[in-house]
Amino acid sequence: MPEEQEEIVLSELPDEELVKQMHDDLYDGLADEIVEGTTILLDRGWGASEVLNKALVEGMRIVGIDFRDGILFVPEVLLAANAMKAGMAVLRPLLAETGAARIGKVVIGTVKGDIHDIGKNLVAMMLEGAGFEVVDLGINNPVESYLAALDEHQPDILGMSALLTTTMPYMKVVIDELVAKGIRDDYIVLVGGAPLNEEFGKAIGADAYCRDAAVAAETAQALVLSRRAAGGAG
Amino acid sequence: MTTTGGPRLLVIACGAIAREVLAVVRLNGWDNVTLRCLPGKLHNTPQWIAGRVDEKLREAEAEGGWERVFVAYGDCGTGGALDRVVAAHGVQRLPGDHCYAFFAGVDDWLELHQAEPRTFYLTDFLCRHFDTFVVKGLRLDTHPELLPAYFGNYVRLVYLAQTGTPALRRKAREAAAYLGLSLEVRETGYGDLRPALERQAAAVGGERP
Repeated sequence: MPEEQEEIVLSELPDEELVKQMHDDLYDGLADEIVEGTTILLDRGWGASEVLNKALVEGMRIVGIDFRDGILFVPEVLLAANAMKAGMAVLRPLLAETGAARIGKVVIGTVKGDIHDIGKNLVAMMLEGAGFEVVDLGINNPVESYLAALDEHQPDILGMSALLTTTMPYMKVVIDELVAKGIRDDYIVLVGGAPLNEEFGKAIGADAYCRDAAVAAETAQALVLSRRAAGGAG
Repeated sequence: MTTTGGPRLLVIACGAIAREVLAVVRLNGWDNVTLRCLPGKLHNTPQWIAGRVDEKLREAEAEGGWERVFVAYGDCGTGGALDRVVAAHGVQRLPGDHCYAFFAGVDDWLELHQAEPRTFYLTDFLCRHFDTFVVKGLRLDTHPELLPAYFGNYVRLVYLAQTGTPALRRKAREAAAYLGLSLEVRETGYGDLRPALERQAAAVGGERP
């Protein structure tokens, strides 16, 4: 007979253990527990950015690794993402209030003909967690939508997503149009989606292919910072 | 076409189309075709398909004695990984990206999909196993709150009917109601599956497809 587990009282855990427990709760998709843990850390004087990075983003990074390694699957990742969203809903107004500096701005959307947005939504969430302002164009975006959004929002990064082998070539249509208009180098272009790979990203002229949401957030940070250091756009 | 005895064709297929492959074998009266299947549930984890097909192809090569081996899969979400596997083994696979395409006919499916990209597809197999593969496979049975994340962008369900029995049509209606989508039924029969298998069978014994 299995030993009865003692109930964990989040408010009784010291900070370090609480953060580890939040990683576990995020992994298990427990939204209520994430909200509770987030609130406890804030009550203990943690800053919103610190809670976001150490508890939520780090927890999702672990989820991302196990998804990549075939330990977790899409349903579990979606549940974890819902838990993270619940925590972010608590933090978002505080982050806005404290005027935490944004690392940059991203326009992101799924390409024309493609309505799959689970991966794109995860990327948008992780980018927000990494400190980017995210303009989400949603699904089924023709080149005109991307161009209008770039013009309106002047982002550092354009992110494009596709799930279908029939729609992924459309990313090249968008990049070619940027080239034709002489604005390709004004933006960092990141691409992602299940059927893509690094080779495809290079072939269509993207700056990077991102294999998952955590990699997308890390790549976005690294490329924006390196471009700024080089005195480029943004 | 009857090809009794003699050289043998091995078909390595997705379990989700096993019935249909066997139906084509029966319709043609072939008795020198062997079918081996991988689990249909790989449909939900396409990143594993290429590796599992590779294992099956290696097994077949180690056994020897097959005149010809054919992979009855589309790309099936492998992002070209399956194409690299079949090319490495010098064999062929079914045309199209997935079973929806080769049942509907690759060109017809493209047209159908371009007309309304917000379409979710079911085949006979997926109608029959909707609860296992979709509801339970996506954990919607325990987490119905995930339904909008999976299906919020869809507006239509197209049932690509291989047999279209009354029981399967009823299941398609139930699936559409569960997902909150309109339903359209297309009678496809076995689509491009039949000619693709017939080309392989014809190539056994010296002819080329």
